[in-house]
Amino acid sequence: MTTVALFVTCLVDLYRPGVGFASVKLLEEAGCEVVVPEAQTCCGQPAYNSGDRRDAMAIARQVITAFADFDYVVAPSGSCAGMIKHHYPALFAGDPQWRIKADDLARRTHELTSFLVDVLQVEPAPARFDGTVTYHDSCSSLRELGIQAQPRALLGKVEGLALRELKTPEACCGFGGTFCVKYPEISTEIASRKAADVAATGAGTLLAGDMGCLLNIAGRLQREGHAVKVRHIAEVLAGMADGPAIGEPQS
Amino acid sequence: MKSTAHGFKENARNALQDTQLRDALSVVGTNFIVKRRLAADALPEFETLRDEATAIKNRTLNELDLHLERFERKVVEHGGVVHWCIDAAAARETVLSICRSVNAKTVTKGKSMLGEEIGINPFLEANNIRPIETDLGEYIIQLADEPPSHIIAPAVHKTKSQIADLFEKHHKRPRSMDGEALVAEARAMLRQSYFDADVGITGANFLVAETGSSVIVTNEGNGDLTQTLPKIHIVLASIEKLVPTFEDMATILRVLARSATGQQMSVYTTVSTGARRAEDPDGPEQYHVVLIDQGRSAMLGTELQDLLRCIRCGACMNHCPIYHAVGGHAYGWVYPGPIGAALDPALLGVAEAHHLPNASTFCGRCEEVCPMRIPLPKIMRHWRERAFEDDIQPVMQRTAIRWWAFLARRPFLYRANTRLAMWLLHALGKTRGRFKSLPFAGGWTAGRDLPAPQGGTFHAQWAAKGGRTK
Ligand code: SF4
Repeated sequence: MTTVALFVTCLVDLYRPGVGFASVKLLEEAGCEVVVPEAQTCCGQPAYNSGDRRDAMAIARQVITAFADFDYVVAPSGSCAGMIKHHYPALFAGDPQWRIKADDLARRTHELTSFLVDVLQVEPAPARFDGTVTYHDSCSSLRELGIQAQPRALLGKVEGLALRELKTPEACCGFGGTFCVKYPEISTEIASRKAADVAATGAGTLLAGDMGCLLNIAGRLQREGHAVKVRHIAEVLAGMADGPAIGEPQS
Repeated sequence: MKSTAHGFKENARNALQDTQLRDALSVVGTNFIVKRRLAADALPEFETLRDEATAIKNRTLNELDLHLERFERKVVEHGGVVHWCIDAAAARETVLSICRSVNAKTVTKGKSMLGEEIGINPFLEANNIRPIETDLGEYIIQLADEPPSHIIAPAVHKTKSQIADLFEKHHKRPRSMDGEALVAEARAMLRQSYFDADVGITGANFLVAETGSSVIVTNEGNGDLTQTLPKIHIVLASIEKLVPTFEDMATILRVLARSATGQQMSVYTTVSTGARRAEDPDGPEQYHVVLIDQGRSAMLGTELQDLLRCIRCGACMNHCPIYHAVGGHAYGWVYPGPIGAALDPALLGVAEAHHLPNASTFCGRCEEVCPMRIPLPKIMRHWRERAFEDDIQPVMQRTAIRWWAFLARRPFLYRANTRLAMWLLHALGKTRGRFKSLPFAGGWTAGRDLPAPQGGTFHAQWAAKGGRTK
């Protein structure tokens, strides 16, 4: 049996554990055994993108060590997977010993939808979702990892689901990690444009593969009073989209 | 040009409140993007051409000294002069002394970003020489007394109505809102200037070493009149404009206009080689190339060398969400958008320009479309690291990151802390599902609701279920 180590990501761990369990379900249904190494916290992007290279390297070493012995490492996030696949090797460009380990981890690491479609190549267990959805491509998934067809292929197999594309699915939502609090006015302006695009599709639900984008777009949609529900794609694919959506009352 | 890059946040805030600016900028985020896409899709070898163009510039930069010397030899052979200028001040003095040699009162100018960089217009004015911009966009912003807000569309921040107002005020003619009529009006006003000018100053898109030629690409033909009618033609060019051969230039030209405006070629590609020869029907009596370093040679051989491949096409800013939101003036200096965020700190110092590389979501679209494959996000990151090392970031941000990193490196402590925080946030927010405002998250909640966490952390729930951890 294929053993997959789940890189939960800090936002899923803290904000929406359900996405982690949806990922586990999808992986198990696809015939994998899922392990969640304890020594993981975050991929280090907040430090890396703030120019704090030393801390970013320390966190990267911790991740590289924690995930050393698994066939595959899967993250329900293009952003974190992109960090591990592209930026860890770059971080250790001047350190051959760690570079080898970083390259090795990079090779084994995949974003969730691309792992299901490109690596496992299995038919997912049938899921049902009644409604119209639209899909936002996160910048890291789309441009760092070239993921575009995979989530759409998986959504295409969900019964009852109709996909209505955004006018500019490739446009950034304005989240940008720490950017969203360092330059909040600009971030909000970009998020408004995304929210307008989402609302214009008329879809009842917005899906994406990255929690950062989802929290940002949900926050803006709700501030503007739109009724669109916002969820991580894994929830829908795993048939676990019946609880409250992001930012909805949970009582 | 005087920088206000340190005031980026304030500049951006003002820009976001400017509704006319928003209207004017909407063309950048739509038209430019669509046109580039169509032009690129129509040319099967476009991606290969990008690789070739990149390779040409890399080769040239690696032996730039040889090409520069060859270029000078050829210029001299054709009766021209090359003036080597180490910085902006030297370049300004050189231009002034050439102008003074013919007692120039007015100079016509083709579009030149380098001219903005070295502040040639205010300098000439201070010395009683009147510069007249002949590119339509540059002409408009000269009337408005503003710097360009885009490197190929300098007046893109102006609406048609604002331009009509400007023309009415300065031309003293009845106000028109007809695009063609406005262009004709500017043309008529400029016509006489070409004949009156003693000196014509242009920039250069390329300097070709094998022939000693300077080359400009324009859509209006104003550059041709600027450089052929006056007695003296001065070319302002920085050293990285060199290409070895015409063949090399032709390759880069094929990606330039397509990336910039989506045209296959710009309307005019004008080659100048030396001064007027006896058999030429027209042309300037003197041909001067003011070759400017201004920080470029210091970038050679460093992680910044990639920036010297830039051909100033503007595609990066056309695809930039930050530029779409705030426009070019907010950046506070000559080069806005991603190229500015990567280049301005090199030319202004990171203390002055640290906001620019920080104000990016790293969405990567700039790098995706840059015809010269410049790793713009990587260079922005380089500046963030420099700013962090030099302690330039606000203390709060720095402390927050260091604290967070401290925890992230200690999984046990991290879990204890985050569990508590998330428990609290969940308890406070679960009924409504989100927060309209939160004391420590004002940046977020000023414009967005903050979703409440779902409750519990994944790791705690996984452990409680007895899930495998090794
Ligand atoms: S950085 Fe690239 S895209 Fe931007 S202006 Fe220069 S060549 Fe064009």
